[in-house]
Amino acid sequence: MSPWHDNFAPPCPPAPTPSGQGECVINASSPPAVELHGITKRFPGVVANKDIAITVRKGTVHALIGENGAGKSTLMKILYGMQKPDEGTIAVDGEQVTFSSPGDAIARGIGMVHQHFMLADNLTVLENVVLGGEKLHGIGAKARKKILEISDQYGLGVRPDALVEDLGVADRQRVEILKVLYRGARILILDEPTAVLVPQEVDALFDNLRELKSEGLTVIFISHKLGEVLKVADDITVIRRGTTVGTADPRTATTKQLAELMVGSELPSPETRESTVTDVPMLQVRNLTLSEAGAVAAAPLTSAAPPDPARATTVLEESTEGRKLLDDVSLTIHKGEILGIAGVEGNGQTELIEALMGMATPDSGVITLDGRDISRVSVRKRREGGIGYIPEDRHRHGLLLEAPLWENRILGHVTEAPNSKRGVLDPKAARKDTERIVREYDVRTPGIDVTAASLSGGNQQKLIVGREMSHAPKFLIAAHPTRGVDVGAQAQIWDAIRDARREGLAVLLISADLDELIGLSDTLRVMYRGKLVADADPATITPEELGSAMTGAASGHLEGTEEQSEDGDAR
Amino acid sequence: MMKFDKDRLILGAAGPVLALVSSFVLTVLVLLATGLDPIEPIRIMIENAGYSDIQVLIVNQTGIYYLAALAVAVGFRMNLFNIGVDGQYRLAAMVSALVGASVELPGPLHILLIVLVAMLTGAFWSGIAGILKTTRGVSEVVSTIMLNAIATSLVAWLILPKNFGVQPEGSNNLTTGEIAESGWFPGIDMGQGNGVVYGFTFVALALGVVYWFVLNRTRFGFDLRATGASESAAQASGVDAKRMILTSMLLSGALAGLSGMPTLLGESHTYSLDFPVGVGFTAITIALLGRNHPVGILFAALLFAFLDKASSSLDTFGYPKEITKIMQGIIVIAVVVSYELVRRYGLRRQQQKVGEELAAGGALKTDKEVSA
Repeated sequence: MSPWHDNFAPPCPPAPTPSGQGECVINASSPPAVELHGITKRFPGVVANKDIAITVRKGTVHALIGENGAGKSTLMKILYGMQKPDEGTIAVDGEQVTFSSPGDAIARGIGMVHQHFMLADNLTVLENVVLGGEKLHGIGAKARKKILEISDQYGLGVRPDALVEDLGVADRQRVEILKVLYRGARILILDEPTAVLVPQEVDALFDNLRELKSEGLTVIFISHKLGEVLKVADDITVIRRGTTVGTADPRTATTKQLAELMVGSELPSPETRESTVTDVPMLQVRNLTLSEAGAVAAAPLTSAAPPDPARATTVLEESTEGRKLLDDVSLTIHKGEILGIAGVEGNGQTELIEALMGMATPDSGVITLDGRDISRVSVRKRREGGIGYIPEDRHRHGLLLEAPLWENRILGHVTEAPNSKRGVLDPKAARKDTERIVREYDVRTPGIDVTAASLSGGNQQKLIVGREMSHAPKFLIAAHPTRGVDVGAQAQIWDAIRDARREGLAVLLISADLDELIGLSDTLRVMYRGKLVADADPATITPEELGSAMTGAASGHLEGTEEQSEDGDAR
Repeated sequence: MMKFDKDRLILGAAGPVLALVSSFVLTVLVLLATGLDPIEPIRIMIENAGYSDIQVLIVNQTGIYYLAALAVAVGFRMNLFNIGVDGQYRLAAMVSALVGASVELPGPLHILLIVLVAMLTGAFWSGIAGILKTTRGVSEVVSTIMLNAIATSLVAWLILPKNFGVQPEGSNNLTTGEIAESGWFPGIDMGQGNGVVYGFTFVALALGVVYWFVLNRTRFGFDLRATGASESAAQASGVDAKRMILTSMLLSGALAGLSGMPTLLGESHTYSLDFPVGVGFTAITIALLGRNHPVGILFAALLFAFLDKASSSLDTFGYPKEITKIMQGIIVIAVVVSYELVRRYGLRRQQQKVGEELAAGGALKTDKEVSA
């Protein structure tokens, strides 16, 4: 349908009203909510958008799927006015538009819920919603009424006076959605909304989305989780390497077909084939406890159930007495074993890593590496002692972005060969070894003198993995090792970890990707509010069962049932 | 490979050149706005720089600026802003002059003692800021500014005649007493009344080499630079951030203490009320302009010494010599702006080039491709 169609329906009112259900008639002749045509965006060093065409029907949930780095986020940033396309046209409700800022997009009824929430923790929900939108309905009773109205209309269950810091991830997400609706959005862009949720919370979110759809709103849903997409979407567009490679009908498509469209080839699998676990303990952690330094609880707490006031008060009590970030954590990882930790982010995983690395000092507990007590040893000595570290945030903890690759190869191992001899650096040897890493780990780069920032995420990660593996670690901490990494690199990183495991490496794997966890681990533990609350056998467990343990709903040993394991995600 | 290196060199030079050209143009505009001939004062300054005596002054001033700028640069390399170089420099000069005047030792030992006392005093003064930062989280910017003020008062108090000061006959000046000749650093007499090049200037240059080596070729230097580039990454790599902050503050202070030595050991042989002040502040600009690189700092120090010394006769020609101060001030702003512009441009350009080269198949051969 052409954007200049003569017979387009009048646009829906910008802000929905409780009685608004019947006002906005969706008929076949109404123009599409969003039509992108020939969008091209050239970008230094990364996959650009190239001749993208998408048509989003009004009143539908339209899924945009593609691998990490395929160009989904760039495209949505273009639609939301954060970036300008080099070529192509955007039409909203049949009218051609150009956005030079998100403000323009909001004025056109487009709202975006970012992957990383943009909420002020120390403000209430009401304050967060009106922040920046004070002119709409004021900041007082009128605004509160409006918020409750929207909340009821779409079944969001938001309490205007709750403090955001007391809310769980799912509740925070609902506040973000409400924020966008409050500003009159008719088209919602959700960027990987399920990445931070456990399966049960995902279902609740999908109910909300269906509610929005039935009220005539349009949802653009970005994801790479195919099972979820099939559950909720009305239309699917697949993006690969920056361009649209096809559309699919969720009623007939299978996850396998989608996956092949998405990747363009057969999918890699995180599956570990044979067990290499020995009975020699490599890392032992006993009764590790770490309390929060300040009184303010910053880490998000999770709730799958709708919020109830009783829970909020218990949280407040806890936070005043210095919440325990790590609560009596004990675990053993043997040589050749991969121990996976499942858990919603913010439940102590980061603190566990920091305590193991020596970056945080625990209140009590003992850490033993290869029979040696390292509880009070410095970070550098631990690294020299054989701990490898693939950090969860490679930009903050793994790289010097503006330094050349060969200097990044030295980072973390400055005292070890071949990087230095007797306190003096050996740039020649370090450069030579960097070239080896680039070769062996397939780091795509024109040379080792370019800065780390100029590599793509996957290649940066391969450099880090190569560097950490080059010092023959006894124990590897792998935190989200394939996050934000393309499929090819993902398979290579899994291979590297598996190879090292075969040679007796002990691995602590922390990941938000449940399939990666289940596929790669020999043993699984679930972390909830700083505690290891459950353990599971990766051979029998399903993502759903793991998910319910991650919300604290189940504990102890989880018994998997084979029947359920069929309807997981493709990956 | 060579192409990237050449690029980096061009980009490295682009920042300072851009800054200097724009500050020059702005200075000319300021002169025009005040109704003065914009070219004449510059011609006079260049002519002045042709005289041997002025050249000696410029070289000596360069050494002083060089040391002070190295002190600032050590801090900058790890994201510490030591504004207190000036206070550390003055206090160190004063205390070392006092100690030097009160003892008499055989030549080299006497000099060594003075130099050591200066380094320790400077390090002590900056170390206070370092300890405040590591233990109480006090910003070094704030604490060093305050320590500057305290140093001013402390020096003023110490130099009172009732404490350690000496008032020479028939003079309003106060000094710390003359250091015996065994504590004078020998210089090179240029003859014909052209003056003496301070011997300590060569020590300053040698320290530039040491600075380069320590920063670029030692583990310690790598840790220091890593901390400056990304504190979180450095910490994860095993750097003890607190110790690194304290160490680099101490180093910075010790270098600041040394920057008083050319004057003290080479010419004044005493600390007096008219001992040059403000060196530590000019040094901040010099370190910025020189991009914290030992060679860059040398050229920047030379330029500032030239602006200082070649401008002294401008007044006699009817031009305010303050125009060089304006120029120095504009350089500060221009440097900050142009470096950021060049940095962003360079980063973007490199990403673009890497993308292009990879698209063109210019990547280093990987194992897979080799075996294929």
